[in-house]
Amino acid sequence: MKQLLIFIRKEAYHIFRDKRTLLILLGMPMVQVLLFGFAITNEINNARIAILDLSKGEMSRDIIQRMAASGYFEIGENLHSLSDIERHFRQGKTKLVAVFPPQLEEKLLRNTPVQIQLVADATDPNTATTLINYASAIIGRYMQEQNQGKALPLAITTEVKMLYNPRLKSVYMFVPGVITIILMLMSAMMTSIAITREKELGTMEVLLVSPLRPSTIVIGKVIPYILLALTMAAIVLMLGAFVFGMPIRGSLLLLIAECVLFVITSLSLGILISTRTETQQVAMLISLMALMLPTILLSGFIFPIESMPKVLQLLSNIIPAKWFIIIIKNVMLRGTGFDFIWKETLILLGMALFFIAASIRNFKIRLA
Amino acid sequence: MLPAITADKLTKRFGDFTAVNQITFEVRKGEIFGFLGANGAGKTTAIRMLNGLSRPTAGQASVAGFDVYRHAEKIKRRIGYMSQKFSLYEDLTVRENIQFYGGIYGLPLDEIRRQMKQLVAGLGMEPYARSLVKSLPLGWRQKLAFSIAIMHRPEIVFLDEPTGGVDPITRRQFWEMIYKAADEGMTVFVTTHYMDEAEYCGRVSIMVDGRIAALDTPHALKAQFHAASMNEVFLNLTRPGRHQS
Repeated sequence: MKQLLIFIRKEAYHIFRDKRTLLILLGMPMVQVLLFGFAITNEINNARIAILDLSKGEMSRDIIQRMAASGYFEIGENLHSLSDIERHFRQGKTKLVAVFPPQLEEKLLRNTPVQIQLVADATDPNTATTLINYASAIIGRYMQEQNQGKALPLAITTEVKMLYNPRLKSVYMFVPGVITIILMLMSAMMTSIAITREKELGTMEVLLVSPLRPSTIVIGKVIPYILLALTMAAIVLMLGAFVFGMPIRGSLLLLIAECVLFVITSLSLGILISTRTETQQVAMLISLMALMLPTILLSGFIFPIESMPKVLQLLSNIIPAKWFIIIIKNVMLRGTGFDFIWKETLILLGMALFFIAASIRNFKIRLA
Repeated sequence: MLPAITADKLTKRFGDFTAVNQITFEVRKGEIFGFLGANGAGKTTAIRMLNGLSRPTAGQASVAGFDVYRHAEKIKRRIGYMSQKFSLYEDLTVRENIQFYGGIYGLPLDEIRRQMKQLVAGLGMEPYARSLVKSLPLGWRQKLAFSIAIMHRPEIVFLDEPTGGVDPITRRQFWEMIYKAADEGMTVFVTTHYMDEAEYCGRVSIMVDGRIAALDTPHALKAQFHAASMNEVFLNLTRPGRHQS
């Protein structure tokens, strides 16, 4: 026990004396959250659109005004003919063009169906879809208001309610994702680097010749990084809460406990990597390639797992991050308790035990 | 008196390559035993089998009276080791390194404090006790590493090329420290490829291609090979065509 404390103190010296790395470690989560929160967002504000108003009536003016007032659009140029549309898109001046047909009001009064054409630049399909949805919604709502009081021939309307994230804020999606990536990367990469560093410097041999048990060496290495990783998780959570208004609806204690579990899973993965590698560079590369990409792509952080091909869906099950994201989304957004996430928790626990067992085995093989 | 180290047909193979081939020798207690050989002759592999870092493929060995297969843990408490690579932490100060290594060998705090004073004073390093090790010159670091390796008073200390890259004056001082440790009853097992250092050893063994080609006192070896210096003895043994004999 005393030896363990001595070892942890030594490890703390390493961490705190390497100011540059420490700064990167603590700065990176902040930069990531702010970047994801502000820059990389699915919401669209003030997209430039153009109008081709061939009807020039009261109705089309009303609709255009509503679009401008919604905050999603910024009305740019008024076009004059259909041939302008193509040119306008090519010049990249606009993302969407709304075309109002001639004699809008007259046709409506005569009960002939009219169509407002929405033309979008689909070089970026996600933005195009979102813009079209926004615009259709505004037009639809306007029509509903116009029709009030008039008896309509059988119409089905949908009433939509977005649970847990009514304003569809993308921060709600990024904060859990960023926490996951940071905890995974930091824990796995930092431990694998810290252990391979001792191998590279030759101090590992001296430690192994000493009466220290290998388990003491590993635990002593890992504990400071658990604390560091949890500090980073706290930074991300606080930024999410105070800067972006991300709620924590469930129990904070449960959230912390699940974070600790995930950190331990990632750390044991880091230890496993370090038992198979000799140099810091290789350890870093493996951590980045083998952990970062699958964590981002297959965890459901950015791309929904349900829409992946079957093979990738199966593959995603072995990504620890997938289960952790399910857990923290549940706790933070839905406010569910442990009885809804025990299965995922158990899977993470199983993975941690598996990695630990595998690293102990590897450690022994290396010594033989 | 029991020997400090015995090796009997000790062998290590890595796949088809035999790094250490059936070496047999004994090191007496309190002796300075030189373990010589060209680079790649198998010196380090042999040391690693004796200090528990590597499991022998075949043969028997005991260190401080304990079998290397069965009592590796007991051996660890009784030996010190200075590896070929620098074995202190460069981003820790002199004091912190002493505290750390004293601590992992389970020395009590007041013992560590007492040794720290003695050790730092003995090396004339009082002004640098709170400096980071990386700011010290190489020679000082090596002397410090040796002092720390024997801080827990091991029965046997293994030194793997301790004086590589160190200037002649510091090497001289380093050997004085080795003598002092041997005078206090410590057994010293040292590898080197500086042949002048071989003359300082009580007995030397010379390894060629994984085998022990010669083993005796420097004096007897020189007589046996009609050589004026250990350097000549060494060249004689390692010259192509000689080592089968």
